[in-house]
Amino acid sequence: MASVSETHPANKPSPARWLVVAVPYLWLLLFFVAPFLIIFKISLSETAIAMPPYTPLFDGFGAIGDFVSELDFDNYLFLTDDPLYIEAYLSSLRIAVISTFLLLLIGYPMALAMARAPTMLRPTLVMLVILPFWTSFLIRVYAWIGILKPDGLLTLLFQSVGLFGADDQVQIFRTDYAVFIGIVYSYLPFMVLPLYSALEKMDNTLLEAASDLGCPPWKAFWKITFPLSLPGVIAGSMICFIPITGEFVIPDLLGGADTLMIGKTLWTEFFGNRDWPLASAVAVILLIMLVVPIMIFQNQQKKVA
Amino acid sequence: MAKSLGPVKRKFSPWTDPSAVPFIRFENITKRFGDFTAVDNLTLDIYEREFFSLLGPSGCGKTTLMRMLAGFEEPTEGRILLQGKDISGVPPYRRPTNMMFQSYALFPHMTVEKNIAFGLEQDNLPKGEIATRVEEMLKLVKLEQFAKRKPNQLSGGQRQRVALARSLAKRPKVLLLDEPLGALDKKLREETQFELMDLQTKLGLTFLIVTHDQEEAMTVSDRIAVMDKGLIMQVATPAEIYEAPNSRYVADFIGDINILEGTVASTDSALGAPGTVRIDCDGIAVSVEQECQAVVGDKVAFAVRPEKVRIAPDQPAVTSVNAVYGEVWDIGYLGDFSVFLVKLADGRVVRAAQANVSRLVDRPITFGDMVWLTWPLDAGLVLTR
Amino acid sequence: MKSSRFDATVLTLGFAFLYIPIIILVIYSFNASKLVTVWGGFSLQWYRTMWSNQGLMDAAWITARVGVISATIGTVLGTLAALSLVRFTRFPGRMLFSGMIYAPLVMPEVITGLSMLLLFVAVGIDRGFWTVIIAHTTFTMCYVAIVVQSRLLTFDRSLEEAALDLGCPPVKTFFKITLPLIFPAVIAGWMLAFTLSLDDLVIASFTTGPGATTLPIKIYSQVRLGVTPEINAICTILIGLVTIGVIITSISTKQAEMRRIRDEHVAARGTT
Repeated sequence: MASVSETHPANKPSPARWLVVAVPYLWLLLFFVAPFLIIFKISLSETAIAMPPYTPLFDGFGAIGDFVSELDFDNYLFLTDDPLYIEAYLSSLRIAVISTFLLLLIGYPMALAMARAPTMLRPTLVMLVILPFWTSFLIRVYAWIGILKPDGLLTLLFQSVGLFGADDQVQIFRTDYAVFIGIVYSYLPFMVLPLYSALEKMDNTLLEAASDLGCPPWKAFWKITFPLSLPGVIAGSMICFIPITGEFVIPDLLGGADTLMIGKTLWTEFFGNRDWPLASAVAVILLIMLVVPIMIFQNQQKKVA
Repeated sequence: MAKSLGPVKRKFSPWTDPSAVPFIRFENITKRFGDFTAVDNLTLDIYEREFFSLLGPSGCGKTTLMRMLAGFEEPTEGRILLQGKDISGVPPYRRPTNMMFQSYALFPHMTVEKNIAFGLEQDNLPKGEIATRVEEMLKLVKLEQFAKRKPNQLSGGQRQRVALARSLAKRPKVLLLDEPLGALDKKLREETQFELMDLQTKLGLTFLIVTHDQEEAMTVSDRIAVMDKGLIMQVATPAEIYEAPNSRYVADFIGDINILEGTVASTDSALGAPGTVRIDCDGIAVSVEQECQAVVGDKVAFAVRPEKVRIAPDQPAVTSVNAVYGEVWDIGYLGDFSVFLVKLADGRVVRAAQANVSRLVDRPITFGDMVWLTWPLDAGLVLTR
Repeated sequence: MKSSRFDATVLTLGFAFLYIPIIILVIYSFNASKLVTVWGGFSLQWYRTMWSNQGLMDAAWITARVGVISATIGTVLGTLAALSLVRFTRFPGRMLFSGMIYAPLVMPEVITGLSMLLLFVAVGIDRGFWTVIIAHTTFTMCYVAIVVQSRLLTFDRSLEEAALDLGCPPVKTFFKITLPLIFPAVIAGWMLAFTLSLDDLVIASFTTGPGATTLPIKIYSQVRLGVTPEINAICTILIGLVTIGVIITSISTKQAEMRRIRDEHVAARGTT
C-alpha cells in the first residue's frame, strides 16, 4: 500500500542506526578501497632494493607536495615496452572470452533443463549444482591433474578401450585445452545458477500463449525464452568472465609454460621476481580492463535487488 | 447540508453536538512522498467511541492517514491531536494507539499466546497480570484452545482474531484497523463485521478502519469519510452517504446510480429552504424536491439510484412524477434483483432495478420491450459538485 | 516427450562432468598403490600418513580457526551491510557502498590479495594469522551481505511495525523480531563465509606470514610437486565434511518444509 518514506521511524537517523551503516562502510573503505589507492601509488614508485621492496609510501604528509613530481610511470612504460605483458593481457582476455562462451554453451542447456524439470525435483537439482561449489576450488582443479596427466586416467581409459596404443598418451595436460577444461569445470555452477534463476522465474503460460498463437517451439525459444533470460545470461557471463581474466590457480596447475595469463604473470612478478611496483602496475592495468564488465555486473545486481 | 433523514438517524451522534470535543483531530494535514501528495491539507475530527471508516480507492491516501496516526509516518504539514494533545514526534512505540495490520503481521516465531502477550510485556506488567489479560483476550476472540499454536497452524479467520486480540490486549485508546477483513472470504467477512461492531460497543473503544470495500464501511461504521486523491470528499453517516451524496464522485463511488448532466431550468429552493428544482438534461426535464443552492443556468447533474426507478410497460397516469420512455436493451439478472438497461431515443441509457418478487419465467418485461421509467420527486438528487 | 528426453540427457552429462572427477579423487585416496593409474587394492595408509604429517595437521588447525573467526566477524559485518543496503534508501555515498559490496564478489583474487598485502605493509602490520583473518573477513562479508540482503528484501516490514506499535523500541524490535526471523539466512551466510575462507589460496598466500600457513597453501605447495595419494586423502576428508554439512542442512530444511505443510493441513481443517 503506502510507500515507506524517509520519515519512517525505522529510517530516522539515530546513533544506533548510523552505526549499522558506519561499521561495514568504514571496514570496506579501510580494507577494500584504501588498498586500491595504495596499489595505485606503489605502481608509480621505483623498485628499491631494501625490504619492503619499494620506496616507503608514508614519509610524512609533507611529502604530498613532492608526490606529483615523483610520479614515475617507468613501470607502465616497461609494461608497454615488453610484448610479453601485452600478450599476457590479450591472452587472458581471449581465454576468458572463449571460456565464458563455452560456459554459456554448456550451462544454458543445463539451466533450461533444470527449469523445465518437475517442481519436486528442482531443489535437488539446484543442490547438485551447488554441492561442487562448496568443495574446495583447489581440490577440484587438483582432481583434473590426475585425469589429464600423460600417464593419467584419461590415457588409461583410452588405452583400455583400444583407442590408444600402449605408448600413446593424452597430450592435454599443461596446454591451453587443460586450462579451458579446468575453467569450465570450476566456473560451471556460477554460470548455471544465475541462468537457472532467470529461467525458473519465467511464466510458463508465455510459451503456451506463443504456441497458441502459432509459434513453433524452437522459434518460441529464440523469441520468448532467450530474450527473457538475458539478465541471467549477462549476470552469469560477468560473474564468470571477470574472475577468469585474473585467474591464477588454474593456468598455474593445468596450463603449460606457454599458457599466458595475467594472474600468473602478476604472481610471478610478486613472489618470484619480488618486483612489487611492477606487480602493482600489472594489477592496476588489469583492474582498468575490468572496470566496464564490473560496472555491467553491478548494474545487473542492482536491478535484481 | 442534506435534509434530515428521520428514521436512520442514530442516538449516538456526537458530531451533531457543537460542544462535543473531538477525540482525534487531524488538523490541516499534508503528506508528500517526494513529488507525490498522498494527503492534501486535510482536516478531520473523530469522536470518542465512534466507529469511523476511511473509504476510498487504493492510492487515495487513507492508509497514509492511518499510518500517520499510528506514528509510522510523520505529516509533512499540519498536526494530529489526540485528546487535545499534539502527538507529532511521538514514536509509534509510545503512542496509545494500536493497529491491526492488513497482513495481520503475526510474529511467526511466537505462539498465539506470546503474540498476544507481546505488547503487554513491553509495558513490563507483572507476569500474573499478563497471563490474566492474555486469557481474557483469548476468551474474547474464542481462541482459548489455540493458545499454544504458532500462527502458521491457524486458518485465515483464526489468524485475523489473533491479530485483533493482540491489538486489543493493551487496551488502546484508539484501535486502527487496516483492511481488517480483506483477506477473508465473503461469508466469513460478513460474520466478522458484526463481531467487530459487537466488540466495539462492548469495549467502548474508538475504532478507525481503513477499507476500500463500501459494503464493509456501510455495515460497520457510525460515520464514513469518502476519500479521493488525498482529499476528503464527504464525511457522513452511511445512510447520508448513500441517500444524499454531496458530489458526483461520492454518488458514483457508493453503490449504483444514474447520472444525467444538465442545467437548472427553474428553482424555488435555497439553502435552508427546500423546494422544487427543475433541470433540463438535454431534452429530458426532471424535477427534484431538495434543499439546493443552485440557481437558474447552473451546470448540475441529476442523479437517481436504479432501485428508486420504477419500470412499467404503461404510461404513468400521474403527471407529477418524472418519466422517460425507452427500449429494454439489456437485463442483468442478479438473483434478488434484476437491473434493466433502458436505452432512450437519444441513445442515453438509464438503469432501473426491480426486486425479483416472482420467478424468472414469469417476468413481464423482456428485451426489446418499450417501457416507461418513472420516479417520484423526492427520489432523485441535484449534484452541484 | 522429445524435449524431456533431451533435458534428461543434458542433465546426466552435465552432472557426470561435475561429479566424476571428484568421485575419482575420492576413490584413489583409498588406493594402496602410490601410482595414480594403478589400483593396488583398498588401503587406508594415506590417511595414516596424512594424520602423522604434523605440518598438514597444523595447517588444518590454523585454517579452521581462521575460518571460524573470519566467518563470524564477516557475518556480523555482512548482516549490517545488508541492513544498510535494504533499509537505508538514502545516505551519503550509498552508491560507493553498494559498489564496495558487489565488487569483491567478482574481483580477481590476485588483485584483492596484492592490494590487501600492500596495505598491511604500508601501515606496518606484521603479516600472519590476523592479517589473513582481516583479508578473509573483507571478502566473505560481501557474500554474507548478498545472502542476507535477499532475505531482507522479502521481509514483511509490517512485522516490525507491529512490534513498534505494541510498544517495542526499534533496537529491541531488531533483536526480538527481525533477527530471529532472518536467522536462517544469517546462518547460511556464515556457512558460505566459512567455506570460502577454508577454500581460499590466493588471498591467503598474499596476506599470510610466518607461522600462519593455511591448508590450501600447504596443499598447493604439495600439488605443485605432483599428485600424491596423501593429498587425495585430505581432499576426501574435506569433501566428506562439506557433503555431510550440506546433507544435514538440506534434511533440516526439508523437515521444516514438511512441518510447514503439516501445519497448513492442520490449519485448513481448523481443528485441534
